Amino acid sequence: MVLNFALLLAFQLVGEVASRALSLPVPGPVIGMALLLAGFMSLPKLAKRMLDTTKDLLAHLSLLFVPAGVGVISHVEALGQSGAAMMAALVLSTALALAAGALTFVGLARLTGSRKDRT
Amino acid sequence: MTTLPDIWSYLSEEPLLWLTATLVAYVIGDAAFRASHGNPLVNPVLVAMVILAGILWTTSTPYQTYFEGAQFVHFLLGPATVALAGPLYSNLHHVRRALVPMLGALVVGSVTAIASALWIAQALGVEGAELASLAPKSTTAPVAIGISEQLGGLPTLTAALVILTGILGAVIVTPLMNALRIRDWRARGFAVGVSAHGIGTARAFQVNETAGAFAGIGMGLNALLTALIAPYVLSLFL
Repeated sequence: MVLNFALLLAFQLVGEVASRALSLPVPGPVIGMALLLAGFMSLPKLAKRMLDTTKDLLAHLSLLFVPAGVGVISHVEALGQSGAAMMAALVLSTALALAAGALTFVGLARLTGSRKDRT
Repeated sequence: MTTLPDIWSYLSEEPLLWLTATLVAYVIGDAAFRASHGNPLVNPVLVAMVILAGILWTTSTPYQTYFEGAQFVHFLLGPATVALAGPLYSNLHHVRRALVPMLGALVVGSVTAIASALWIAQALGVEGAELASLAPKSTTAPVAIGISEQLGGLPTLTAALVILTGILGAVIVTPLMNALRIRDWRARGFAVGVSAHGIGTARAFQVNETAGAFAGIGMGLNALLTALIAPYVLSLFL
C-alpha cells in the first residue's frame, strides 16, 4: 500500500518534471498517467500489484474536488457582471458538447463495426 | 478552564478542523446521493460544497483558512489522476477496439465545447478577457488556467468556470444520454470526460467502471487538444 502510493507519487513527480522541462501543454499528472499506463503494459506484474490501490483512490474521486468547489461558491463574485450570460453559455455548451461527443462516438462505432462489449 | 472562544481560535488556526469538515461534508453528500437512489441532481460534490460554503459564511472564515486544512484532500488530485492508468489498463481491450470513435468524438466534443460556449457568451454580450477565460472551461483545471493566461483571460475566473462546467456536466450527463437513448457506456463516459473533465469522470465512475475508464481517457486527450486548438478557436471570435 505505502509502496504503491509512493509509486503513484513518483510517476506524478516524473510527469511534473517532464511537463516543465519540455514545456509541454499537458499537466504533470496526465503525463504521469500515460507513463504509468506504459509501465503497466510492459510489466503486467506492476499492474497486478497496483490495480487495487488505483481502484481505492478513484472510488472517491469526487471528494477530491470539494476544496476547489468550495472556493468557487465562496467567490461567486468572480463570475463578474456577466454572471448570467456565463452560466447560460456553460449550461448550453456543456449539453451540446456532451451530445455531440457521444453521438459522434456511437455513429463512428457503428461505421467501424466497433461493437460494445456486453460482458 | 479554557473558554469556548479560545478553543475556537485554536481550531480555526489548525488544519484539523477544516480537513475533518471536508470529509464529513462529503460523507453527508455521498449519503444523500445514495438515499436519492443515485439521482444525478444530488451530486455529492455539490452537496458538500454547499454545506461547507454555508459553514464558512456563517463563521466568517476566509477561504484561505479553510484551504489550509482542505489542501491535503486537494493534493490527492495529482496522484488520483496518475491512478487513472489503472482502469485504463483494465479496459485496454475496449480502448483498442474504439480508437476511431474516440478520436472522432474527441475532436467534435472538444470543438463544440469551446466554440458553442464562446458563441453563446458573445451573443449575450460577453467580451474581452472574460470571453478568453471561458474558452478552456471543459478541460482539467491546471491546463485550463495555463491556457487562459496565455490567451489573456483571468485565471481565477477560469478556475470557477472549470469547476462549474464539471458539476453541470456531472448533473446533466445521465438524463441527457437517456433522452438521446445512448446506451453505450464507452460513448457516455468518453463524452463526459471530454466535456466535463475530472468531475465528469468522477460521476462516470459512480455509474460504471468502463464509462469511468473512457471518461479518464477523454479528459486526458482533451487536455492536450484544448491546449492546441483553444487559441485558434478564440481568434475566430475576436
